[in-house]
Amino acid sequence: MIFVTVGTQLPFDRLVSMIDELAGKHALQVFAQTADPGASYKHIDHAPYLTPDEYDDIIARTTILVGHAGIGTILTAKKVEKPVIVMPRKASLGEHRNEHQLATARHLEGQEGVYIAHDRATLSELLNRNDLTPASFRDTPEKTRLQQFLRNFVYEA
Amino acid sequence: MTLSPSSPSAPRILAVASAGGHWHQLGQICAAFDPADVTYVTTLDGLPQKSGFERFALVQDCNKNAPVKALRCTIQMAGVLMRTRPDVIITTGALPGVIALVLGWVMRRRTIWVDSIANAEEASSSGKLAKRFATLWLSQWESVAQAEGGRYEGSLL
Repeated sequence: MIFVTVGTQLPFDRLVSMIDELAGKHALQVFAQTADPGASYKHIDHAPYLTPDEYDDIIARTTILVGHAGIGTILTAKKVEKPVIVMPRKASLGEHRNEHQLATARHLEGQEGVYIAHDRATLSELLNRNDLTPASFRDTPEKTRLQQFLRNFVYEA
Repeated sequence: MTLSPSSPSAPRILAVASAGGHWHQLGQICAAFDPADVTYVTTLDGLPQKSGFERFALVQDCNKNAPVKALRCTIQMAGVLMRTRPDVIITTGALPGVIALVLGWVMRRRTIWVDSIANAEEASSSGKLAKRFATLWLSQWESVAQAEGGRYEGSLL
């Protein structure tokens, strides 16, 4: 099952509508948490918000996580070790206060198990692949840098 | 529990984080240090044991809306500092970490704050509180480090 989450603060209809359309076209099984009590979609199951228990239950059945480029999405994917596709919100489309999700997406570019979709075509291609690798808290150059810096600071002063 | 430090001149490190994401990040950061040099402090029994850490202490969890708990945490933390006599105190938050840094600052120890990766747009409120008590203040986001006058030296994400 594909689990779509857009956080709890703002709806992200551009993403959820694309997913709805792709779910119809490719017969995908999708559950979306929309942050939008008034939302209605044709081809997916959805709810505005989830309780922690509902969330855990859905995550357990999830094969691919899709979300906005929020830190919560990424941390969840790395923790539960599932592939994650993120679409950054754009402040230019009124989807957020500023463009920090684009910065987050740039930061994540190239990380194992984290896939960035800026548009519908990429999203569609990613959802139809069956070789997505899981995200995880494995070492990255930035992580090694932080650990090395702190080690030097603690031991060499 | 006594474990020999990694060398006679090795610093004694006290690593503090409340349960949850803060604790998870602390563990990843402290993987950079020699295990024998680190004593962990957290707020939930079972967490240090689960990670296989041999030296640890537990303190009351607290936040800024729970002054009695914060006081209890402070007293417990002072006890931990007196027992362990750390040279360096490192924390990822939240309020129990601030308390540890303030006490460490009073004792003229070296103090390190690593703001949580979750704070991608703005420093955490406990991070802001901790700033004047930290020898080294890091954000895991370059823009946040810049805005707060702290440093960016890598990221777990």
